[in-house]
Amino acid sequence: MMADNRPCRRDLLHWINVVSFALNDTTLFLDTHPGDREALAFFDECQAKRNRALKEYAKYYGPLTIDTADASETDRWNWINEPWPWQEGGC
Amino acid sequence: MWNYEKRLQYPVKITQTNPKLAQVIISQFGGPDGELSASMRYLSQRYTMPYKEVTGILTDIGTEELAHMEMICAIVYQLTKDLSAEEIERCGFDKYYVDHTLALWPQSAGGVPWSATTFQSKGDPVTDLHEDMAAEQKARTTYDNILRLVKDPEVADPIRFLREREIVHYQRFGESLRIVQDHLDSRNFYAFNPAFDLGK
Repeated sequence: MMADNRPCRRDLLHWINVVSFALNDTTLFLDTHPGDREALAFFDECQAKRNRALKEYAKYYGPLTIDTADASETDRWNWINEPWPWQEGGC
Repeated sequence: MWNYEKRLQYPVKITQTNPKLAQVIISQFGGPDGELSASMRYLSQRYTMPYKEVTGILTDIGTEELAHMEMICAIVYQLTKDLSAEEIERCGFDKYYVDHTLALWPQSAGGVPWSATTFQSKGDPVTDLHEDMAAEQKARTTYDNILRLVKDPEVADPIRFLREREIVHYQRFGESLRIVQDHLDSRNFYAFNPAFDLGK
């Protein structure tokens, strides 16, 4: 946490990468094991964590997905503001 | 359809340029066993795949390969960023530079342009999945070869991640082949093509 209560950008991004990877890998597993209850529960857990983290990231540091981009409270299109992933300071 | 996510699947943060290494790693962008071929292979094969588990895995792995292509491109971009003309000449990057400056273009390490002939979409589930399993192993070997040439830990780290994914994908395609075979006649898996001989 930073002084103004916003989460640390690097830590939050790392967390998004971690839960997104778990979600992605579980998706592949479920494709070939669609009846695995343990994997279904884990998928559910990862998805909730990821959605929460993506929303929080968008709020403080700009959207990583179009679904978390918000055009209502601003007169600038923020999607293009933050660096692209291959650039310095990008994700 | 697809949505873009403004982050890499695994972070790429390279601080030291190395155009010589970039010329080798670019093969995993546009070379015969690269990520572009991988993605196009699975996303092309999925339309005629008759079993829903396997259509799903082809779609989801084909999508992940696009994210791997982006990681490879980020690695090549960062290894060649802000190069001077002298550095380009010294490292033998001049032959690529003359045609593409510092832009990304899909080619093999040997300079052969990317081609759809690097993969097959055969329309037979058993045949396509054998191609897919072989492709994952060929990509894994390519990453093993790259890792022998990489000294910089900032480059080796994302390359190791990509190598590991080839192994996971191989496992999932192996399970897919078993799912396909469970639908077929175990006395003769080749008695008919379930993507073509609809009467069976």
